[in-house]
Amino acid sequence: MTVAVVRFGGSNCDRDAVRALAHLGVDAAVAWHDDGLPADTDGVVVPGGFSYGDYLRAGAMAAQSPVVAEVRALAADGVPVLGVCNGAQIGCEAGLAPGAFTTNASARFQCERVHLRVENATTPWTAAYSEGDVLEIPIAHGEGRFEIDDDAYADLVADDRVLFRYCNADGEVTEAANPNGSTGAVAGVTGDRDHVAVMMPHPERATLPALGATDGQGILGAFA
Amino acid sequence: MSLGDSDRERVVAALGRDPTPAEAALFENLWSEHCAYRSSRSLLSAFDSDSEAVVVGPGDDAAVVRVPGTDQLVTVGVESHNHPSYVDPYDGAATGVGGIVRDTLSMGAYPIALADALYFGDFDDEHARYLLDGVVEGISDYGNAIGVPTVAGATQFHDGYTGNPLVNVACVGLVTEDRLVTAAAKSPGNKLVLVGNATGRDGLGGASFASEDLAEDAETADRPAVQVGDPYTEKLLIEANETLLDRDLVVAARDLGAAGLGGASSEMVAQGELGARITLDAVHQREPEMNAMEILLAESQERMCYEVAPADVDAVREVATRYDLGCSVIGEVTTGNYVCEFDGETVVDAPATVLADGAPATDQPSTVPQAPATDRPDPALGTAIDAVLSAPNTASNEWVYRQYDHEVGARTVQRPGEDAAGLALHEADDGTTVALSAGANPGWTACQPYAGAYATAVENATNLAAAGAEPLAAVDCLNGGNPEDPDVYGGFEAMVAGLADGCRAIDTPVVGGNVSLYNDSATGPIAPTPTLAVVGYRDQHPVPGSGLAGDGDLVLVGGHADGLGGSVYLQALGGTDQFPAADAAGVDAVREAATRADTLAVHDISDGGLAVTLAEMVTADAGATVTVPGLAALFSECPGRAVVETRDADALQAALDVPVVRLGSATTDGTLSVTVDDETVTRDAATIRDHRGVIARELD
Repeated sequence: MTVAVVRFGGSNCDRDAVRALAHLGVDAAVAWHDDGLPADTDGVVVPGGFSYGDYLRAGAMAAQSPVVAEVRALAADGVPVLGVCNGAQIGCEAGLAPGAFTTNASARFQCERVHLRVENATTPWTAAYSEGDVLEIPIAHGEGRFEIDDDAYADLVADDRVLFRYCNADGEVTEAANPNGSTGAVAGVTGDRDHVAVMMPHPERATLPALGATDGQGILGAFA
Repeated sequence: MSLGDSDRERVVAALGRDPTPAEAALFENLWSEHCAYRSSRSLLSAFDSDSEAVVVGPGDDAAVVRVPGTDQLVTVGVESHNHPSYVDPYDGAATGVGGIVRDTLSMGAYPIALADALYFGDFDDEHARYLLDGVVEGISDYGNAIGVPTVAGATQFHDGYTGNPLVNVACVGLVTEDRLVTAAAKSPGNKLVLVGNATGRDGLGGASFASEDLAEDAETADRPAVQVGDPYTEKLLIEANETLLDRDLVVAARDLGAAGLGGASSEMVAQGELGARITLDAVHQREPEMNAMEILLAESQERMCYEVAPADVDAVREVATRYDLGCSVIGEVTTGNYVCEFDGETVVDAPATVLADGAPATDQPSTVPQAPATDRPDPALGTAIDAVLSAPNTASNEWVYRQYDHEVGARTVQRPGEDAAGLALHEADDGTTVALSAGANPGWTACQPYAGAYATAVENATNLAAAGAEPLAAVDCLNGGNPEDPDVYGGFEAMVAGLADGCRAIDTPVVGGNVSLYNDSATGPIAPTPTLAVVGYRDQHPVPGSGLAGDGDLVLVGGHADGLGGSVYLQALGGTDQFPAADAAGVDAVREAATRADTLAVHDISDGGLAVTLAEMVTADAGATVTVPGLAALFSECPGRAVVETRDADALQAALDVPVVRLGSATTDGTLSVTVDDETVTRDAATIRDHRGVIARELD
């Protein structure tokens, strides 16, 4: 599989994603947004960063770019697409996933290790885990609070589209373990179909053994 | 401020005529204290700056050292952004980050880590907290957006900084020999190309603003001298710089910092012993009707000046366009003078070497600082422990570093909160880690500038040692007050001597740095502040960390110390004392201890002394029970020592040739229990966390 890691101006986790995927044996390369996606693209990562400086609203500018139209078309064809952090914000802005990620309850940027509980282990992103597994994966965002209206949230839960919820080390979803005030402590969701997903925590920062945390390998392993 | 009389005479003699207004402004900025180190130059020869590892020493934008056993080079540089951060803490600090990152780019390197040493007035002062909040947010917003992790640093509070905080920023970059670039212009006929932001009227006279005391109305009057940062453009510039290097299009490079285009371009050609002919009208501008002096000296951010072969100019323009960056060919390298033309007229025509190196050094009178008397307080043990553990200067910095993306880049193996940061050198593919420590303690240098600065070197080396790393090179940011005051200059002079001797003692070359004087305001001068950033390496990843395991013996490598001068203990409880003499021999011993298989945890002694070291090692699941011979032993901050939890204290004691004192043992109850003279005080992990949470509590 050849995974395109889309780089916008202001993306900054693109190299990290390529390195993590390479560690898992996945052929991946950075694709500059303006060049479009390579013809042999059969997987897409929209990485973290600050596309267009996030000067309008996080992800809003990138969501309107031609390359995202290409990503949308590939997703419709069944190509796996993962948006991480700013990539998740872009995914929601582009309608690839429901809801929106907005300013943390703390109103500050937060870089820390958090725990995630696997809510649905039947997607490509979570097939390596069991439902209820607790993963330790870092977050680093100022706008990671998942917001969605009540009806849409009810649908999301009913359709089993919540991938991860923030939890404590014992797997309990508590207010104290929710780092940003996300609705339902949601950390990641799938789009209309299972092969499209967005998440705020960074699996590429929990993949390389040298960094001492490898719980994210199963997520990026979906591209293997 | 304008060009002084004696400088004007010197300029007239060099040019053989009166300077034009643009020349006078250029000389004023380039010959300022900030750019020309006039009061400090004579002191800087005290530093040893060479070693086998050094590839590029002092004088370029950043220094370059080889990582032993690999084909990788690291760059390291440090910069102050002190006055701007007082006037506008958010933008002042943000542009400090931007500037040091561009210093890294101009060596051909990719930035991989930032460290910030921040100094504010008393934490109880509301304005100090406002400045802290703004500075941290500025660093966070800029550093996070450009994708360079902020992995190390320090936050200090001391009353000398009330009217003049310090923001010292260091950056480490990664480069290989074939991509290394320097600032020196190489060949006449090559083009000078400006890439990046358009030039506006921002930051006018920033270099001279940094070279005088802050006035009481500085927050309003000097705001135009503060630049405004645009991290999005900086990130594009980082990527464009990489692409230019990938395509081998850069002959020489310098970022535009102090004194703007005039500073960067004249220094490039001066270093190459060449000249330039520059057409100021060609500079891409974002404000109408700028005059020659404004174009020449504006400190608009996110701009780089490249020397480019004529045949490559179109390719450079193409790269700039790809990244939505402005690009203008502003002139060319010549064999003559440094010449600038504007609107068809010659506005500058001076030898580049006179501009860059012609400023005379100033000999300042100095008074030798006196050692303080000994007058120690006599508090109860529990009172002393609570006072020191809850002091802002020993508080947890988590509130600060949580706002920094310290993991972007996927290299961070040792995170903020540990003694030193560790960054995986993936490129070496052999487990090598680059280590970084940065900071200084103004309490130490305020007490005794020489001994305090010496100890700063030992302390940073001990931080690396506790991470199992060896130092490679250091850069310093020497901050002082108004050098025209003999007491201030005497303290500065002693600080420089102490730092130079300390760096010699830890066997570490000082390969670059920055001097910031006139850190003086209506509330008085700052303490001499020798921020040191030390980069080191370790050839394997695993490091023990500072958290107790709970099942070993606790020993103090380096033995007990007695001097309390400069300590948080005296700051909190009153009194005076001499600063303890730091022993650099402890550094190697701590590294040896940190890398032994039977070592479970290591944490060095610094701010707050042994008491704080132990408190920081306690976790909810692991505690420490220790006996200490007296309050001085518990609170002396003498560096070059570390607490080690070990499974084999006898073997450790036998292996080291410095004193190794048995303190007690680690426990599994998450409690710190300290016995001094038959009196025992116990604090649990929750109480310790509460004591140490003062910054988060007051600022959230």
